[in-house]
Amino acid sequence: MKSYLLKRLLQIIPTLLGITFITFLIIQLAPGNPAALKLQMSAQGQMSDRTSSQQIIEETKKLYGLDKPLPIQYLLWVKRVFTFDFGTSYKDHRKVWDKIAERLPITIQLNLISIFLVYLIAIPCGIYSATRPGTVADRLLTLFFFFLYSLPSFWVAVLLIMLFGGGDFWDVLPVYGISSIGAEDWPFFPWLTDRIWHLVLPITCLTYAGFAYLSRLTRANMLEVIREDYIRTARAKGLSERLVIFKHAFRNALLPIVTLLAFLLPAMFGGSVIIESIFSIPGMGQLGFEAVLSRDYPVIMAITTISALLTLAGLLLSDVLYAVLDPRIKLE
Amino acid sequence: MMNGSEIPLRMETHSIAAPAIPRSYWQMVWHHFKKKRLAVGGFWVSLLLFLMAIFAPLLANGRPVCFSYQGHWYWPIFSGIEGIGPYTWKDLKKNAPLVLQWNIERRGDFAIWPLVPYSPTEYDLLESLTGPTGEHWLGTDDSGRDVLSRMIHGSRVSLSVGFVAVGIALVIGIFSGALAGYFGGWVDHVISRLIEILLTIPTFFLIIAIIAFLPQSIYNIMIVIGLTGWTGIARFVRADFLKLKQLDFIMASRALGASHARIILLHMLPNAMAPVLVFAVFGIAGAILTESSLSFLGFGVPPPTPSWGDILSQSRDYIEFAWWLTVFPGFAIFLSITAYNLVGEGLRDAMDPKLFE
Repeated sequence: MKSYLLKRLLQIIPTLLGITFITFLIIQLAPGNPAALKLQMSAQGQMSDRTSSQQIIEETKKLYGLDKPLPIQYLLWVKRVFTFDFGTSYKDHRKVWDKIAERLPITIQLNLISIFLVYLIAIPCGIYSATRPGTVADRLLTLFFFFLYSLPSFWVAVLLIMLFGGGDFWDVLPVYGISSIGAEDWPFFPWLTDRIWHLVLPITCLTYAGFAYLSRLTRANMLEVIREDYIRTARAKGLSERLVIFKHAFRNALLPIVTLLAFLLPAMFGGSVIIESIFSIPGMGQLGFEAVLSRDYPVIMAITTISALLTLAGLLLSDVLYAVLDPRIKLE
Repeated sequence: MMNGSEIPLRMETHSIAAPAIPRSYWQMVWHHFKKKRLAVGGFWVSLLLFLMAIFAPLLANGRPVCFSYQGHWYWPIFSGIEGIGPYTWKDLKKNAPLVLQWNIERRGDFAIWPLVPYSPTEYDLLESLTGPTGEHWLGTDDSGRDVLSRMIHGSRVSLSVGFVAVGIALVIGIFSGALAGYFGGWVDHVISRLIEILLTIPTFFLIIAIIAFLPQSIYNIMIVIGLTGWTGIARFVRADFLKLKQLDFIMASRALGASHARIILLHMLPNAMAPVLVFAVFGIAGAILTESSLSFLGFGVPPPTPSWGDILSQSRDYIEFAWWLTVFPGFAIFLSITAYNLVGEGLRDAMDPKLFE
């Protein structure tokens, strides 16, 4: 176990360097030569007026050492990543970290609720389906999850807004932001109901696909486990079906489901670009999207790098979790 | 309750259908695939969408397919002329019945129109944002362009991005996976790290970041989606090659002095194609989704080229009333993704020997 962990940790080093290299490429893609930057600026006209393009070019040059040779530039960037120094945003000259710290709680809140709901609904559905394979209920559920899984989330979001957000249909749910204006000064309970009311649609959009995916995964895993010999043994010794399913089958089927949690870590941080920008939720996804629109390289590079590092941590965590939870898995 | 289902009760599939005994692996796969109604349905839908994309100019066009003027035949759809003799297409269209226009103004001329007599870019501001009518079956957008026509032509963008991006991903994925699995050692290490790196980077965010910096073009979208989408294929091929290279027939061909290239291309690759095919089919669905998400966010093909995601993004400005701009293009995206996912699932099950009866 120890040697496995050590080996796994050592493997991280080249991956880390690779991640910094890819993010480094982003700024190389960005106009290192001022002419291209100027061209893009005037073509897009999306930069704030306060910062002239000349100023941005100078800043970019200084920040990334763009006047130095490429290897030096790369080393400088690696150093900045490992000291978590992502500089200041081009847009408002605030520290990138401050901007992230502001957005992060909202995205985490959204994703925690959504992940909780996904697991809460999906696991019972998956088990229900798996314990009666081939029946009408199972087939309908499977089909339902399949279609749910194939629904593009942005379409669902727009449809929901159209149906519930006013207009020609019902006007029942807010579709903009996460609170009403001035809600911060309200007492707790009105504030809470207001917040929940605002979160209904975005949470629905964030949840349904994961819910469909996890239900299918639970069902598939359960079906696989139920075929195993030890389930037959458990039944043969006269255990009740309830005990067989929940104690013997479900615990073993749970494994990939738990390790999936580790992969949700980056989503908790990164948020959803599409959903957050559709519902104007001031989270990480929207921050990233706005950064791309305004060519705010420091923010783009920070978000990419941090998400990648978190995913790497998630990969490692899921490998270790797997090994810890399943004693059958022998680590090389 | 499981105990009973261990014994196959569905005897009829064997006794009644009993087709010729499948011989090759692919015949067997097809034999099992055919039994899945949903998968076959997905196959037909994807085929129809494919044909629609290929024949889009014949299905939706602002000019007649052919026109007989004073006994002579013309093919305006290919020539690009705006009218013949006293006629202009615009005027003719105003009282055009479906498809066939007979004996125009009693002069014996006639025209055959496409099913949708509007080109995807022809606009009529007086007709803007009308709901579905007899003239515009799926309504018009904010510049008065026909939504159905734009959707038919938009399928070309989605499908070509889907196919080309997956093609790029296949080439890179198969190549790198084969090298990693076959040679092992440091080659495997390098490629595996590379795959891990790409897995960790938030793909969709990376794609929009790159696309936003590049000039807007459909080729850039294809390339970027392809370049970021090959890791799954590479992992499958690598795993297959690791297993395959232990087998006797590979050992035998090596002993016979076959070159690495010969072993990889002729002996191992054909044996690893099954999971790759499944992955490719799912990949098409994924690429279509990515492309439409990009178009939806405004990073898609440059205007005025129509695409499904682009129509849908337009709908956000008129969401209070223009439901046809939301429902139809979104459904097209959903339909094509579902169709490819169904085919992919059907194929995967059909290829899984564990599920063979």
